[in-house]
Amino acid sequence: MRAESARRKRKIIVVTFGGGARDQETFAPQGQENIPNMMKELIPQSSFFTHVTNQGILGHYVATASLTTGTYETLNNFSAVPPDHPTVFEYFRKDLHRPPTDAWVVAPSNGFNRIGESNCSSYGQGLGAAVILPKHLLAAASSGSKANIDHLLRDNYENPLYTPQLSGNEFQLSQLERVLRLSVDDFTAHARTLSSPDELSLYIARRLMEQEAPGLLWITMHDIDIAHSGAYSLYMDGIRRTDRLCYELWQAVQQNPEYAGNTTMFILPDFGRDSDYDSGGNGFQHHRTGDIASRTTWMMALGVGIRPGMIYDDPIQSVDLVPSLGAILGFDAVQSSGKPIKELL
Amino acid sequence: MLPRDLQPEQFAAYPPQARQLAVAHIDLFRQLPISFLPSMLRQVIEYDDKFPAERQSIDAELGVLSRLSSSDLLQRFQAFANLSIPSKLENYDWVNHPAQFVEQQSAYLWSTHQLDNFRKAATEYGEQLQAALPPVQLPARRLGIAIVGQGVEASSTPLFRNLRPHGTFFNQVIPQNGLAQLFDAVTARAKSFPSPYAHWVVEGGALPATRAPGVTCVSYDGLEPVRSALLNFIQGQIQRPGMGPEELRTRLAELTPADLGISSTSDQVLSRFQVKVLTEGSGTQIFSTTFAQWTAREALRRAQALTLLVHFTPRQRQLPMNEMLSNAVPHPTLDPAGSLVDADMGAYYNWINQQRLPGAQDSAFIAWFEGHAQAVVIAPTLPRGVVSTSAMTLTQLVQLALA
Repeated sequence: MRAESARRKRKIIVVTFGGGARDQETFAPQGQENIPNMMKELIPQSSFFTHVTNQGILGHYVATASLTTGTYETLNNFSAVPPDHPTVFEYFRKDLHRPPTDAWVVAPSNGFNRIGESNCSSYGQGLGAAVILPKHLLAAASSGSKANIDHLLRDNYENPLYTPQLSGNEFQLSQLERVLRLSVDDFTAHARTLSSPDELSLYIARRLMEQEAPGLLWITMHDIDIAHSGAYSLYMDGIRRTDRLCYELWQAVQQNPEYAGNTTMFILPDFGRDSDYDSGGNGFQHHRTGDIASRTTWMMALGVGIRPGMIYDDPIQSVDLVPSLGAILGFDAVQSSGKPIKELL
Repeated sequence: MLPRDLQPEQFAAYPPQARQLAVAHIDLFRQLPISFLPSMLRQVIEYDDKFPAERQSIDAELGVLSRLSSSDLLQRFQAFANLSIPSKLENYDWVNHPAQFVEQQSAYLWSTHQLDNFRKAATEYGEQLQAALPPVQLPARRLGIAIVGQGVEASSTPLFRNLRPHGTFFNQVIPQNGLAQLFDAVTARAKSFPSPYAHWVVEGGALPATRAPGVTCVSYDGLEPVRSALLNFIQGQIQRPGMGPEELRTRLAELTPADLGISSTSDQVLSRFQVKVLTEGSGTQIFSTTFAQWTAREALRRAQALTLLVHFTPRQRQLPMNEMLSNAVPHPTLDPAGSLVDADMGAYYNWINQQRLPGAQDSAFIAWFEGHAQAVVIAPTLPRGVVSTSAMTLTQLVQLALA
């Protein structure tokens, strides 16, 4: 009975440290200076997996969709289509009989609006997560007056021209007040104090935690993908900012009574970026070659049920995350091609 | 259609020299797998607008393959032949649109988890080809120069951290007149070893009014009208209903120098190179540092520059992408400090790209913090990973690198 109660209270937060960061600018020795918060504050509390491979397509939407389904999806990265396989949100809600308010996605780019639920016939419509696209929300909230917020509306550098038509279970502007208890004016006013799209995402995520306290919260960071512009300094700025935001999110967890002591948080890049030495690429700028550097990354797990201070070097795959969450929370990710990570159980 | 069905008349739309080359090698082409041949045709179809070094590479590759027996060819391309290619792609007009075929094939290989096999096959093919080619004799040691940090008073982080392990770090460089000394070094080499497109200056700002003879010059500021025309074109395309990333890429690939306002009397090989830098390089249209790095990469990869000087200058500060793409800010604020970080990494990439070329073991490279006393020099005669406190001018550093 007590175990069941604890399981009902259990919260899971997944943060994708994105989009696309290499080991050499993060946890490799030469990169650790870029992630001081994770190094000093988070890693001592964490189980750290040094070798996470992504064998799928290295586009941000399709790779993040693959992370959510635990299966390497093959959808067109630049199309607003749902994943083919059930998402973690659908397993979570259907198997555990959780309400719609218990699973949320906060995603940076308009392209991610269909990531909340699949088109799988036995799961799918009505069983997924609500998706908030903070930039879309901000653009709608401030329509006609974009003064001082353009810097928050930067979109996908992987293809800056892509803005798909929105459809699916995305969050509607009218829900700002009803769900987040935020007036449009307060939302836009606060947004003006922020410096990047990911800061806006964190703001929304914290608001969600305060108002809805979802059991499963998925946050996709994206500032790092400015690397596609070829400006290394901006890529590094993105990494440092994401490091800070991850720490601030963990602090928010500790300060929220619904989450403190009940939460397990996972932080992982969706994939890496091309090696400096692969002639088919241009180093950090893209993730097009499929080389080892672009396919290999890391994962940090911390919080309830996690052994702190552990470092695991055995290879795991990014699709192993969803079945691991299933093993932790008590659902069966039946269509996932991954397997539970034993060190998390 | 498969390669074995190729007929000479199918190359009718190729430019004259490309057509001649393709028809001359049609028997070879017929024996190559469809997963490989369009990649080769992608090079062949642009033969007329290629740099001399590129033409030599294509000729040499075709020569190597033409000397192989049918059974050797079968064996050499077995890994490519093992890849599954859908009939939709086989039926695509890959003879006349090889670049688009390659792009679609790449997407297909990703989605069917065959990309790693393709990479492996391509890598092995490249290694076998390199082994079969005769060694290249350069007229002089290849020299790369990167000038970084214009407008920065002091760097907050150590510079050249990636390059220092490979060469000697000088911290007492005499900076006075350094820029002119380095430009003079390029001019002198162009005079001593004249060859078309062998000596390059890639300028992140504006080029000096007087051009050195024999030096190929490309500048970010000089291409401002072309960049504006391109950004206007992109804006126009974005507004069109149904426009997506694939369609836009195809449209960009079809742009000619004339489409972007480059005079037909200008050097067409160089003009096409510049258009490709701007249409294929991500970020080259908006950031001068990215432009300089990518142009240098392409000058090395394609023209195999014997001398390459890259002058990084401050790029515009980051703005929302839409604003940068719309080119709406006529005089954007600059970001010298961020540009120094970009250029430091760009210099490292320049050196890596230089090391991919023939004569890498004997090549030399200089990276200098403009206006300051710090430089790193990489040369076969200099120790690696050490610091020199010798007071040296830039001219002396060049002499040292080439000694």
